[in-house]
Amino acid sequence: MDSFIIGQQLVNGITLGAIYGLIAVGYTMVYGIIGMINFAHGDIYMVSAYLGAIFLAVITFFGIDSVVLALIITLLFTIVFTALYGWSVERIAYRPLRGSTRLAPLISAIGMSLILQNYVQLSQGARNQGFPALVEGSVRVGDGAQFFQVTYLQMIIVVTAFVSMGILTYVIHKTSLGRACRATQQDPMMAEVLGINTDRIISIVFVLGAIMAAVAGILVSLNYGSFDFYIGFITGIKAFTAAVLGGIGSLPGAILGGLILGMSESLFSGFVNTDYKDVFAFGLLIVVLIFKPSGLLGKPEIEKV
Amino acid sequence: MSHLLTLNQVNVSYGPVQALYDVSLEVGSGEIVTLIGANGAGKSTLITSLFNKPKPNGGAIHFDGHNLTSEQTHNIAKLGLALVPEGRHVFPSMLVEENLVMGTIPIGENHLEQDRAHIFDIFPRLKERRNQRAGTLSGGEQQMLAIARGLMSRPKLLLLDEPSLGLAPIIVQQIFGILKEIAEDGMTVFLVEQNANHALKLAQRGYVLVNGRITLTGSGEELLANPQIREAYLGGH
Ligand SMILES: Nc1ncnc2c1ncn2[C@@H]1O[C@H](COP(=O)(O)OP(=O)(O)OP(=O)(O)O)[C@@H](O)[C@H]1O
Ligand SMILES: [Mg+2]
Repeated sequence: MDSFIIGQQLVNGITLGAIYGLIAVGYTMVYGIIGMINFAHGDIYMVSAYLGAIFLAVITFFGIDSVVLALIITLLFTIVFTALYGWSVERIAYRPLRGSTRLAPLISAIGMSLILQNYVQLSQGARNQGFPALVEGSVRVGDGAQFFQVTYLQMIIVVTAFVSMGILTYVIHKTSLGRACRATQQDPMMAEVLGINTDRIISIVFVLGAIMAAVAGILVSLNYGSFDFYIGFITGIKAFTAAVLGGIGSLPGAILGGLILGMSESLFSGFVNTDYKDVFAFGLLIVVLIFKPSGLLGKPEIEKV
Repeated sequence: MSHLLTLNQVNVSYGPVQALYDVSLEVGSGEIVTLIGANGAGKSTLITSLFNKPKPNGGAIHFDGHNLTSEQTHNIAKLGLALVPEGRHVFPSMLVEENLVMGTIPIGENHLEQDRAHIFDIFPRLKERRNQRAGTLSGGEQQMLAIARGLMSRPKLLLLDEPSLGLAPIIVQQIFGILKEIAEDGMTVFLVEQNANHALKLAQRGYVLVNGRITLTGSGEELLANPQIREAYLGGH
């Protein structure tokens, strides 16, 4: 019997981990390129959930009733507008502070996070918002009382998340844009001298992070059906934990960290206690920070020549 | 004759600290010019101020018909300037090949294959190490990579800041041999060095920078023979 419970928790864990990974890449890329924790990133994810619900409502209003088409259009619009939010946050809150102390952008990030939360609360109301259940049905493995199930939605979430992270990894490692991002990360001054507009690259990194957060926002809304203006906080901290776990600054690290966190959190809730799953997640973070402060795939900070 | 690079009465400061005072110099097309000076004389400041890092607060810098002080840093390489900076600054986590591609940013990748083949002729070591991360190269190999990356942009002027820094004498010899070849191929070179002996032997003309001011200029041979120079930079022999 236990093996089916484990199976179920693993399925749930991979789903959750894929979501954490999608958000974690935004933290890790921004940290990699400008060395700051973008505390407003969780709220960008929250904004995307609202944008998704709004676009879906508009699209339904226009009478598009193919679920697949509606979801794709919603996803595209949400991506574009969330990207705009990500871009604006950098322009308004961080770029003017470049070259000042390390603390200044951190405080500005917390401010930005509060502004986004309050702005959404004021404009959309404090109550929970709903997202219709568009994808139903599941596949059962096992029979009788002994089974676990994988919903179609979980399959969509995992596939979409991994395709998105795969595309991002490809862009960063195989394209000239990605090369420019890595150059800016490793040696911004030299990158600039070689002809890279590093301000533009930093903007692009915020946009890429926001795009991933938007994908996560839509997927989570589809899965849970409801959200409020505060979801960015706890999910953001979890995703940040995933990024640190994998090694902040490392793209594959963020994906791996997300998966490990999602799965261990899920197994913990299944076998030990659901109420303490957050405590467990942060406990895991503390253990990693004590024994491997650079994270699982992170490099110790010695690279700069 | 119009010069490729002209500095006219250039002043540069870091905040309240002035590093360069009224520096004027020229580099003509096809020339090899060197600037020698002791630690902290302002050599690196002079070379990076061409990229407005930091931006001069007085004087004019002209390069190939462009007023450099009014350009943004990332647009300057496109005008035909390539910098091989002090400390090499290769991208440590990138492969040797990727570092070379980084050099092509100002001109695009149209000549990549051809230029890389040419680079590998000049630097066979880089060919052997092409799929290795630059951070794992030896100091001398990193210096070669930094020079190679500079050449990949087909610059009109190659700027080098202490390419001999921290390298064993035999490697320094090798690097200067390569610079000589590059110059004989027709490249214009502006070389900043503390290693006055090597630099002045390679260069046609030289300037001496002392505490942010140019104090002496002349042909490479003249400066090599100058007793003051021998005293200050060549160990007095
Ligand atoms: N970023 C900086 N901020 C403040 N002062 C600086 C900075 N960089 C250089 N300086 C000062 O400017 C002066 C010239 O420095 P610079 O690095 O140009 O000298 P250099 O001739 O290249 O020396 P070295 O041979 O050691 O490389 C020095 O007094 C140095 O302390
Ligand atoms: Mg120097």
